[in-house]
Amino acid sequence: MLVIECPWCGKRDQTEFSCHGEAHIARPLNTEELSEEEWGNYVFFRSNTKGVHYERWVHDHGCRRWFNVARNTHSDHIYGSYKPGEAAPTIDAPDTPEAKS
Amino acid sequence: MNRYSIFSLIRNSVNYHQDWQRAWRSPEPKKEYDVVIVGGGGHGLATAYYLAKECGITNVAVIEKGWIGGGNTGRNTTIVRSNYLWDESAGIYEHAMKLWENLSTDLNYNVMFSQRGLLHLAHSVHDMQEIGRRGNAIHLNGIDSEFLSPAQVKEMVPFININCRYPVMGALLQKRGGTARHDAVAWGYARAADALGVDIIQNCEVTGFRMENNVVKGVETSRGFIGAKKVGCVVAGNCSVLAEMAGFRLPIESFPLQALVSEPIKPILDCVVMSGSIHAYISQSDKGELVIGAGSDTYNSYSQRGGFNVIEETVGPVVELYPIFSRMKMLRQWGGIVDVTVDRSPLISKTPVDNLFFNCGWGTGGFKATPGSGNVFAHSIARGEMHPIAEPFSINRFNSGALIDEGAAAAVAH
Ligand SMILES: Cc1cc2nc3c(=O)[nH]c(=O)nc-3n(C[C@H](O)[C@H](O)[C@H](O)COP(=O)(O)OP(=O)(O)OC[C@H]3O[C@@H](n4cnc5c(N)ncnc54)[C@H](O)[C@@H]3O)c2cc1C
Ligand SMILES: [Zn+2]
Repeated sequence: MLVIECPWCGKRDQTEFSCHGEAHIARPLNTEELSEEEWGNYVFFRSNTKGVHYERWVHDHGCRRWFNVARNTHSDHIYGSYKPGEAAPTIDAPDTPEAKS
Repeated sequence: MNRYSIFSLIRNSVNYHQDWQRAWRSPEPKKEYDVVIVGGGGHGLATAYYLAKECGITNVAVIEKGWIGGGNTGRNTTIVRSNYLWDESAGIYEHAMKLWENLSTDLNYNVMFSQRGLLHLAHSVHDMQEIGRRGNAIHLNGIDSEFLSPAQVKEMVPFININCRYPVMGALLQKRGGTARHDAVAWGYARAADALGVDIIQNCEVTGFRMENNVVKGVETSRGFIGAKKVGCVVAGNCSVLAEMAGFRLPIESFPLQALVSEPIKPILDCVVMSGSIHAYISQSDKGELVIGAGSDTYNSYSQRGGFNVIEETVGPVVELYPIFSRMKMLRQWGGIVDVTVDRSPLISKTPVDNLFFNCGWGTGGFKATPGSGNVFAHSIARGEMHPIAEPFSINRFNSGALIDEGAAAAVAH
């Protein structure tokens, strides 16, 4: 089980949180001009990265605030959390399947 | 290939079973194949088998990075059913069911397919509405399904606690549903495909695709380049990784899904019982173990192990529903990486790269589809056009909006 660090409440058991998938997917602003192709890509297609993944979590059973986590999806190692609006940290760990970090 | 029969069994028992032929060869990869299948799970092996058997294409290799059946095929809870809501799903899952019914004979390999009956429990008004809608839809597609009262459920499973916290209000029964032995499915297809000339190459990881003018020419592997006129990619949880190598994305995310088995006990449960809303799936293997399907984690992962909380959330409902199991010991627990689409239906599809086909997105419930999926995928690859049963499952449905929403019937159900 993972230990997640809420940027406001600190380290807590994963069961206090829920994960809501890939972060930093900006909703297109020119929605009236989007083709089906572009809409589909925005709504459904994901990187599903094997390696460093930036994802959204919410502290459901705590402060109920949203934030982002950088985690290695191969090893489940968590690099750290950051607040919404902050830039994703650059992780220089190799994101190959061998990355055990 | 020596056929398996009662006579071969007797003959070999005289020699203390020392002389059984190897079930398949371990050939060196050739320079080029007509078709290369990436991924030696049940779906990949079945694809190779039907390519050779029904499409006349025998110059085929199955390339597997580990050992065949070591992915989700060898990790699943082996539930087989065809009671899905939508016509497209009925098409593929019932096609599979019909192939299951003759599979052991067809492969000359006992896959231990057992149509022991499968119950879907309903625990709320909404569940009752869901099974009502689905049961009738299934009926219209000519697939067997029956509604049971709580008393009838109790008759089938006498030790069930129907007055549990979320009482059992009814159930949907598919009598033709049941289980099959997962390893035997992989081994049976491998042996039969090998006998038709298919090369099964294990311990060989695909690391990239060679493409020219957007046409696939072969695969780069840990054992060098292998040429191919066509490539079928059937790698379940790793499909996004392979798609990235080919330069496109998929509408898929990969999650760990867990299962556990108990110590073996005498026969007690002679059907499969599934409950979507309290999340308890249970059957008893022929060895006597209770086979319990747990849930999936909510975060993407390729780690092949899930969170401990998921086990707790599974075992709780099992004990509530079957108090008789409360003191049983669980022997093993494991995880597989499942490839989940938003509409909980698979992708059997052409891709943006010519002659490169993908079959994935089976998520938490593709074992049951193994024969049907391999069959229609083989015909699609051979003809270069999607088989009519496979057609609706194209990747493009996520752009056109023609989703096949099996969320309720499949959700995390197997
Ligand atoms: C715990 C659990 C319970 C389940 N229960 C059920 C159930 O009860 N009923 C049901 O119908 N379904 C169930 N499923 C789902 C089912 O197991 C899968 O949908 C199905 O087995 C997928 O088969 P496959 O052949 O596509 O994939 P897999 O069996 O996973 O095969 C894919 C293969 O591709 C290989 N591969 C990956 N990357 C590469 C590469 N780069 N190069 C070469 N090879 C590669 C892998 O090693 C693997 O062997 C369950 C799954 C899990 C994990
Ligand atoms: Zn918090």
